[in-house]
Amino acid sequence: MQYRRKQDIHMSAVAINPLNRAVRFYEAPIGKKAVMAVTGVMLVGYVIGHLLGNLQIYSSDPQQINRYAAFLHNPSNALALWGVRLILLAAVVLHIVSSVQLWQQNREARPLRYYKKADVPTSYAARTMLWSGPIVAAFVIFHVLHLTTGSILPLHDIGPNMPDVRYNVVSGFQNYWVSGFYIFAMILLCMHLYHGLWSMFQSVGISHPRYTSKLKKGAAIVAILIAIGNCSIPIAVMAGLVTY
Amino acid sequence: MPLDSKSPGGPIETRWDRHRFSLKLVNPANKRKHTIIVVGTGLAGGSAAATLAELGYQVKCFCFQDSPRRAHSIAAQGGINAAKNYHNDGDSVYRLFYDTVKGGDFRSRESNVYRLAQISLNIIDQCVAQGVPFAREYSGYLDNRSFGGAQVSRTFYARGQTGQQLLLGAYQALERQIGAGAVEMYPRTEMLDLIVVDGRARGIVTRNLLTGKVESHLADAVVLGTGGYGNVYYLSTNAKGSNATAIWRAHKRGALFANPCFTQIHPTCIPVSGDYQSKLTLMSESLRNDGRVWVPKKKGDARKPGEIPKEDRDYYLERRYPSFGNLVPRDVASRNAKMVCDEGRGVGETGLAVYLDFHDAIQRLGKPVIVERYGNLFDMYERITGEDPYQAPMRIFPAIHYTMGGLWVDYNLMSNLPGLYVIGEANFSDHGANRLGASALMQGLADGYFVLPNTINDYIASTKVEKMDAGHPAVKEAEQQVNCVTRRLLEAKGTRTVDSYHRELGKLMWEYCGMSRTATGLKHALEEIPAMREQFWRDVKVLGTGEELNQSLEKAGRVADFFELAELMCLDALERNESCGGHFREEYQTPDGEAARNDDRFSYVAAWEFRGVGNPPGLQQEPLAFEYVHPAQRSYK
Amino acid sequence: MRIVLHIWRQANAAAAGRMVRYELPNVNTHMSFLEMLDILNEDLIGRGEDPVAFDHDCREGICGMCGCMVNGVAHGPLPGTTLCQLHMRHFKDGDELYLEPWRARAFPVVKDLVVDRSAFDRLIAAGGFISVATGSAPDGNAILVPKENADRSMDAAACIGCGACVAMCPNASASLFMGAKLAHLGLLPQGQPERDRRVMAMEAQANRELFGSCTNIGECEAVCPKDIKLEVIARMNRDFLHANWIGRGGLKGD
Repeated sequence: MQYRRKQDIHMSAVAINPLNRAVRFYEAPIGKKAVMAVTGVMLVGYVIGHLLGNLQIYSSDPQQINRYAAFLHNPSNALALWGVRLILLAAVVLHIVSSVQLWQQNREARPLRYYKKADVPTSYAARTMLWSGPIVAAFVIFHVLHLTTGSILPLHDIGPNMPDVRYNVVSGFQNYWVSGFYIFAMILLCMHLYHGLWSMFQSVGISHPRYTSKLKKGAAIVAILIAIGNCSIPIAVMAGLVTY
Repeated sequence: MPLDSKSPGGPIETRWDRHRFSLKLVNPANKRKHTIIVVGTGLAGGSAAATLAELGYQVKCFCFQDSPRRAHSIAAQGGINAAKNYHNDGDSVYRLFYDTVKGGDFRSRESNVYRLAQISLNIIDQCVAQGVPFAREYSGYLDNRSFGGAQVSRTFYARGQTGQQLLLGAYQALERQIGAGAVEMYPRTEMLDLIVVDGRARGIVTRNLLTGKVESHLADAVVLGTGGYGNVYYLSTNAKGSNATAIWRAHKRGALFANPCFTQIHPTCIPVSGDYQSKLTLMSESLRNDGRVWVPKKKGDARKPGEIPKEDRDYYLERRYPSFGNLVPRDVASRNAKMVCDEGRGVGETGLAVYLDFHDAIQRLGKPVIVERYGNLFDMYERITGEDPYQAPMRIFPAIHYTMGGLWVDYNLMSNLPGLYVIGEANFSDHGANRLGASALMQGLADGYFVLPNTINDYIASTKVEKMDAGHPAVKEAEQQVNCVTRRLLEAKGTRTVDSYHRELGKLMWEYCGMSRTATGLKHALEEIPAMREQFWRDVKVLGTGEELNQSLEKAGRVADFFELAELMCLDALERNESCGGHFREEYQTPDGEAARNDDRFSYVAAWEFRGVGNPPGLQQEPLAFEYVHPAQRSYK
Repeated sequence: MRIVLHIWRQANAAAAGRMVRYELPNVNTHMSFLEMLDILNEDLIGRGEDPVAFDHDCREGICGMCGCMVNGVAHGPLPGTTLCQLHMRHFKDGDELYLEPWRARAFPVVKDLVVDRSAFDRLIAAGGFISVATGSAPDGNAILVPKENADRSMDAAACIGCGACVAMCPNASASLFMGAKLAHLGLLPQGQPERDRRVMAMEAQANRELFGSCTNIGECEAVCPKDIKLEVIARMNRDFLHANWIGRGGLKGD
């Protein structure tokens, strides 16, 4: 039990340049969490933007959403579109890689499980990030295969670089299995965002006794609004409110 | 030959300064060639180890807990005194000195107490700088309160956890030195013997509590900061692990034990609820600021407290001490509680409790004020007893809390064994026969941060200690002694557990050497204890081996020492034919039942010399002179 | 009342452990949880069986030495309470209780319910202090501390270092413990000069001790006997990010 060590943290040994700072940052679990928070912000921003775009399906002008799609697919915007896609892809990769590394480290921190372990009243969402994360990721792949590449159902086009989004969405969601999976995934996304949104504030250190509870409530409201917005589309299609 | 306290003479205000100047210094470059052992990591030991390491000494530090942060100093609630006079209410170093000497019932050494009062100023500064989060005013200045009946506001506090915060300050300073490699820390390691070579303390023998390994550690000097011996009573507010083994084994190697019968009883503890009870919990004395203490007037009144009308209640403290009322000092409050319980007017299932009633305070101030002042204490009470003190009055009873006695030390805090220093509660201390509230923390830190690190240099500088190694016969002998005790305990293979003996001893001590003592009772105890001790050695049941974590074995060794110490306490109490402070002899009281001191015969420190188990110890006296504060009868009427 | 205990018994750090069932037919409801274990041990010694080793000391909820998992909850079911302050009146006749030691790679089991928490001490030794040598302090009132800061610092300083947060955390993370120390010192003016160095050093040490990391779940906060809040972890994260990207203290020189 005796311990005697020279203090082995000599920062002076490290010449501080931005690269060293970055390495040290990523080596630290707190750094990885910050990476997850920042990439999380980007992804949430995308989710919200994507949702706003999708909601155009409710426009009284049935062609509104298709015009929007055509605008995005316009070849003169290709550079911007791919730029955004690459940034999002990078964010997704960083988000997943850091979470896997943290998960691995955390698993090793308790080699022997408890015989009995209770979950004290913490949020269900917090404890299920590890499940909601991969399922949402799987959903994203499905979603891209479904509506971007057309690998699940054949896609209709109005013209070159002008997808018939309205048709593709409505035909897809008329399939109960597809709709069911979308809704299920959106509920998980909601939970993931609820914990993730609050968590990102915590991870980058924005927290104070006076507004912690407000942050938590705010995170819940945003997550639920996103889920309602996204789920409403398959539901509206199945209910016959949105038609082609 | 009277003991020489080495107190400097002359004007008391400059004694410490002059003395410090007269002490030899050790060249900074030479300090690292000297090793100092510190046993115990409470306020005294922890602060001493950290400070000695800062000075450059090689320090080896030991504690029996799993971390130095757990020493029982951590449990002190109320606060720490310092004569800062931040409130301009007439406080001064001299007043703190005066109050402490008077509160100690004129059985302490003036020079030491004055130094303590002086150093109290530095302690607060040091602790603030370390980051102790003392309570603050809105202005950002330090807040003070008056505590334990003091008439000035000189108590600094950190909520109800002052001891914890001060200890964490010392612990962090210590960990810093451990991290820097200046202190070798040995947690879960118990000191079991002192190595004495040529009359000098040169090291200790320890047992690693996890592996059972017995080891010797050698040094130029040994510092004991191992706390008090209140656990001799089994039930006390001390931690379960608190023990007297380090000081007792040093005593058996020649260190004098001073004033062992001076023990302090704290009046506001949660009463015993059953035979299984393992310890007593103290509730801050501040409760008496607003709570009223009472018992029924009639013996055996079985009514619920709420059903007893005012005219059938006896607010005995207010009745007997109209000017101080419920705020009389600890010893007086405790003794009166015992008196009414002895009369059969105690309350609760056991009849060993009195009411501490907040009903009037809640009516007068409103519940929110009471919640703010005492909320955490009320919660603690409810947690332990399952009763709501906002509804029914609390039940309280006195409990052993602190021991003023301890190893004898001179002005330099060195015992009569050269090279053995004793600090904090472990020494016979600056509190005389009774300690005032918020003074224990002050003394522990004064000793550890400021006194010892100054005085120990003189010994190191002026003493040429021989080089020696672990093969030295004195080391072998001490190790053998330790192994022999362990073997005897394991081989007794008797029928009764260690705890059952400890409980029995505690009961006896509480009965005969507790809140009030009589010659007959003490003589009875002196007959019982040796018999009990012999039975213990014959019949104790300790399972397992000495080569593993064996908590029964640890306890057995400590209880064995308590048996011997208990005998000395009773003897000291019997020899001191007077009442003073925490030592109340029923034969010596004023007509109205107050303690009657006998300054002509007993104005001395009784320092006992060990002469073998079962043999009568030798008494040496250090006469006490009072040049500044003249002995007077304490009165709280 | 009757209580059935299933206790993790493990002879030493190297041995394999297992759950062993004990029945206590006569538990007094006023007993504390540790007093119940005392009774069990007295009984075991009487029968010649090895008593259950468990850490404890002050038994008034402040030293931080006691603690084990009771039915999967650190320090048992009562919030804001250490095991020694938990009383049997909170259980029912016939309850079955599973007692396990804190489990974490950084807290190896020593024996039965006793674990080695020296990793916490090493965290403090790495940087959990203010470097002030004895004697060099200015007058206490020379350093003004706004009351709100002093109070919040005290909230964090109340940590008793029991390890329940690590034990309960699904990741065995020491973030609440570290965050509490960093908040305690970081909220005070005295703690500012070393603030960057402190967080970097403690964070690095936590990784060496193989603690897990925080995923903001909050089970630590729920079982903390001193109600330390998750905010201290956010503060630590902020301090770390600041020290890493902007801070200079502790990164250069000496």
